[in-house]
Amino acid sequence: MKYDIILSGVGGQGILSIATIIADAAVAAGLQLKQAEVHGMSQRGGEVESGLRLSDSVIFSDLLSSGSADMILSMEPMEALRYLPFLAKDGYIVTSTAPFRNIPDYPEEAVRSAYEVLPNTVGIDIEALARDNSMPRSANMILLGAAARHIGILTPEQLKESIRRVFGRKGAQVVETNLRAFDIGMDAR
Amino acid sequence: MRIARLLLGDEAIALGALHAGLKGVYAYPGTPSTEITEFIQNACAKEGHDIHCTWSSNEKTAMEAALGMSYAGCRSMVCMKHVGMNVAADAFVNSAMTGVNGGLVVVAADDPSMHSSQNEQDSRFYGKFAMIPMLEPSTQQEAYDMMEYAFWMSEKERLPVLMRITTRLAHSRAAVRVETEPEPHDRLAPARDPRSWVLLPANARRKNDALTTAQSHLQELAASSPFNLASAAASEKAPKGIIASGTGYNYVMENISRETDIPVLKISQYPIPEEAVRTLAAACRSILVVEDGQPFIEEQVRGIVGPDYEVDGRLTGSLPRTGELNPDHVARALGREPLQFYAKPQGIVPRPPALCQGCGHRDVYIALNKVLASYPDARVFADIGCYTLGALPPFCAIDTCVDMGASVTMAKGAADAGLFPAVAVIGDSTFTHSGMTGLLDAVNDRSNITVVISDNLTTAMTGGQDSAGTNKFEAICIALGVEPGHVRTVVPLQKNMDGITAAIREEIEYDGVSVIIPRRECMQTLARKNRENKKDRQ
Repeated sequence: MKYDIILSGVGGQGILSIATIIADAAVAAGLQLKQAEVHGMSQRGGEVESGLRLSDSVIFSDLLSSGSADMILSMEPMEALRYLPFLAKDGYIVTSTAPFRNIPDYPEEAVRSAYEVLPNTVGIDIEALARDNSMPRSANMILLGAAARHIGILTPEQLKESIRRVFGRKGAQVVETNLRAFDIGMDAR
Repeated sequence: MRIARLLLGDEAIALGALHAGLKGVYAYPGTPSTEITEFIQNACAKEGHDIHCTWSSNEKTAMEAALGMSYAGCRSMVCMKHVGMNVAADAFVNSAMTGVNGGLVVVAADDPSMHSSQNEQDSRFYGKFAMIPMLEPSTQQEAYDMMEYAFWMSEKERLPVLMRITTRLAHSRAAVRVETEPEPHDRLAPARDPRSWVLLPANARRKNDALTTAQSHLQELAASSPFNLASAAASEKAPKGIIASGTGYNYVMENISRETDIPVLKISQYPIPEEAVRTLAAACRSILVVEDGQPFIEEQVRGIVGPDYEVDGRLTGSLPRTGELNPDHVARALGREPLQFYAKPQGIVPRPPALCQGCGHRDVYIALNKVLASYPDARVFADIGCYTLGALPPFCAIDTCVDMGASVTMAKGAADAGLFPAVAVIGDSTFTHSGMTGLLDAVNDRSNITVVISDNLTTAMTGGQDSAGTNKFEAICIALGVEPGHVRTVVPLQKNMDGITAAIREEIEYDGVSVIIPRRECMQTLARKNRENKKDRQ
């Protein structure tokens, strides 16, 4: 059994924290794991992508093959579309619906019409949910919560255990907020 | 006892070195190599090891200090990005001539596809050039396991060992089985052998002969290396065999791991074991070479098997001639069309990186553009760092960016040719890396240049490492001979814009070398410090 995820977003949105949580849960579950990150220039408000591969058997490549991603998990709607060639036929897109407009001429129409024809899309306004629940820094955990029911190789409880471990050193309050964000994402439709 | 730890390739190398009894790491930050040294710094801060781990001014000073530590009998490591090898090359190549005492491992992190670099040069050519043993791990586990082996081999062969990695391994995480504590390792006595270490021509000739003679032995070592693997020969000739190295091997196995009829030779230790290549060639009718970087193995394999044998790879177009490989490239080279169910929609636009909001470099470029609007012939020679992003809109403020330090010296050369105004823009860390010597040239020639040292008090591009010249820039420039009245410091903020533009204009109009130092802390390091202070107060 394997589960391949592409995480995408804009530098600074916290996609690497999502990757850290999933990766930590995978190691705790005794799964094999490869997580390719982008460092350096791409962090300055540019596009950021991380491939996350989980499996119960050996994983050779750090990079995904095209047509093989079980999920594209994205903090930004256009950034998810950038990696569509990697999506498996019955793969899921779980994405924030809030555009991050730090470029001139953001292609609103192209993004909207692309989503109209895609199957298996879960779009959630995580920014609004984070705002309404006074947890501006936890939008990424809301997104992870929304994705949790689809990541079959790990249970939501395993992911929550990982949130407790990874955020533990930042204090009980940070853990609590992020667990609550995760639950809000789980319940979001 | 071994435990599983989630590590980047860079971190696996760092931990492997720590567990092999490292006494010092010497490095200048450079993506994708930076995290090696940072991991060791963090480990030392937490666990209090007596290991040298502060940053060096540049890759050459790092390489020489590591060689000195080796001379004194301890295990040392040098880490750099591929273009750092150019800076370190003089020391690196000659360290193969002197040889080493304590184990010395040089880690070069190449950047195929130029994710954050200006070229995709392949450091393996440096290893061959210097005629030393070279290792190329495919996985994070191998990266860890190779370090003890690399130090052992370096001491046994009395040669530096080059470890070559690429961005993909450096910045990819996996669970690695690691020891829980370092192997005890005794330091050696300091070297005392001027005939080896004083490279006068008479000594150098003897050392050169010895190094050249050792090549067949180094090839035998590679042939019996635990990291070079050849699959068992099939009973009849296979239509195609594969030679793969580094991350390229992973993409091969991703495609063919369930097929046992394709013979594979994995090369992880160089010089290339020629006999193993011949054996594979004899078992197959053609060979596909899969390697990340330039066609280093491919070219040599062609020489080994001769012109009549079919060798495929980057040179024949079976794989892309340039750029980082991926599993799809290898699938196509094996005659399989990769799956694709959804195309990238029309209209999706790139999202280029930009200078952070509030960054002082922004104010520097706003001021520079304002002043230079009245000098249509002006050229701005810039350098390597965050401020290279000044090339992009909305600033479009720079005309060149070539290599560390080139801003100062290219401006000087252009001014020598009569170009006016010739302005150099260089960051604080880049200036102490390679800008100071060029400034001395300009001073000695009284070249008519204006140098802007945009000082954000850190090495920002690579994530905010200490900058070697912090608090010393005015003193350095004056000591190099710039007139004290023409070394001017400003604070790059919108409210100071009139004063900054006036200073730039006056110094452009001054006929000689002038330096303007806009100084304001990097927004990223400032934010991090504020977070840490907040945490400390809680």
